[in-house]
Amino acid sequence: MKLITAIVKPARVDEVKSALQANGVQGMTVSEAAGFGRQKGHTEIYRGAEYVVDLIPKVRLEVLVDDSDLNRILDLIVATANSGSIGDGKVWVTPVETVVRVRTNERGSDAL
Amino acid sequence: MSGINTGDTAWVLMSGALVLFMTPGLAIFYGGMVRAKSTLNMMMMSFAAIGVTTILWVLYAYSLAFGKDTGSGLIGNLDHIGLAKTINQVVGEPGHTIPSLAFVMFQLTFAIITVALLSGAIADRTKYSSWILFVAIWITVVYAPVAHWAFASQGGSGGWIVDKLGALDFAGGTVVEINSGAAALALAIVLGRREGFKRDPMRPHNMPLVLLGAGMLWFGWFGFNAGSALGASGLAATAMINTQIATAGAAMSWLTYERYQGGKATTLGVASGAIAGAVAITPACGFVTPLGALLIGLIGGVVSAWGVSRKYKFNYDDSLDVVGVHGIGGLVGMIAIGLIATTSVNLHGGNGLFISGHASLLVKQLIAALATAAYSFIVTYLIALAIQKTIGFRVNRNLELEGLDTTVHAESAYDINSFTTR
Repeated sequence: MKLITAIVKPARVDEVKSALQANGVQGMTVSEAAGFGRQKGHTEIYRGAEYVVDLIPKVRLEVLVDDSDLNRILDLIVATANSGSIGDGKVWVTPVETVVRVRTNERGSDAL
Repeated sequence: MSGINTGDTAWVLMSGALVLFMTPGLAIFYGGMVRAKSTLNMMMMSFAAIGVTTILWVLYAYSLAFGKDTGSGLIGNLDHIGLAKTINQVVGEPGHTIPSLAFVMFQLTFAIITVALLSGAIADRTKYSSWILFVAIWITVVYAPVAHWAFASQGGSGGWIVDKLGALDFAGGTVVEINSGAAALALAIVLGRREGFKRDPMRPHNMPLVLLGAGMLWFGWFGFNAGSALGASGLAATAMINTQIATAGAAMSWLTYERYQGGKATTLGVASGAIAGAVAITPACGFVTPLGALLIGLIGGVVSAWGVSRKYKFNYDDSLDVVGVHGIGGLVGMIAIGLIATTSVNLHGGNGLFISGHASLLVKQLIAALATAAYSFIVTYLIALAIQKTIGFRVNRNLELEGLDTTVHAESAYDINSFTTR
């Protein structure tokens, strides 16, 4: 099993989520995040002064998948999160030792 | 108390309530403008102004401001200590007398909001007990004398600005606006900049609160300006419509200015513009025509919008732009009187340069404005410095970074974190 962590633009979350639901993903976790990447934020003018905004709001999506589904789901996330502009985010994959469903105590792939 | 004019009395009583309503409005306006972590502290500074000023007003401050002049034109005598000789007394012109206590209440609300305005210059970093002490001293040695100078008209032998110089200030361009602007500058300089000034945007954390507060101020301002006619008269109607015109005009001109300064048309801009317009028309509302008020509003909005950005150039942290909006806006209004005031609006007013061709009124206006600014700045600076050097005027850096709401007041404006509020 793998954990896919995706940092995406807040405006793309709905599209990513719909695509995942339509492709059989049973669950996901979403949290608000902020950070910077290679572009190092941007400057904004407010009330006559210019500021560097280097922590930009993002959404962090976490999805657990079976190894056999990994590439399909990964492609889906990248395709739907892509707006073609800088700041579209990043996706990474980490191995997961086991997963437990709390209510039933099911383990491994059965718990996904 | 026979012979009071009931219509005039009703309007002044109502106006006192309207102007008092402005200070909670200011608390909300300022509270929305600071960062979330010090919202309550900001609002608490306004409420302390209401409490402390009211107590001093009764004890002696009303007497200093509006007691019989001591002969110098600088300060009133102590005849009205504890509001003595105000009960069952009347003030005003024959046929238009109102109870003295209606006047005491009305003027009290001006003192309250003037000192409350200063808190905007020192947001997020002021030691609360020091602020309370400051309010008491400032009302005594700055507000009361300046109010006497410009408001205590006593048949030619009262305050020097109104009775000897003969400058025109209908509702407080000097006493409230220039006074608060100059004092705010002194406070911002003595207390120093907030951690992160110019590095962080420090955006308002709650713009709907700012708009609500601006709306309360706009509403209350009709009591402030039209109430300053001290009667239910044609002059009050002139002051009211002029207030509306200038406030609306400045809201739009500020918005236009900031849009073309490479920015966006912001909510903070429309709120600040409205206040700047109300400020600019305050001294002039009973002396200029409606079209004159429109001109004052349009110019006041642009000049104040330019004025607020000066703090970045000169590097003083006037956090909520008291200097730019009230000091500069008040100056615009005082100068405008010297240019476009006309006796066709108010026989007791005067004619400005563009009406009469003479600059004498303009010179008087400038003297009144500059004298008020100089006195207010210097004395406020000394008071602030004395407090800073003795009990301290600023919280320590850790409290400032954590925010004053939880550290100073043991409360939080938005106690919604489910882990900490159980």
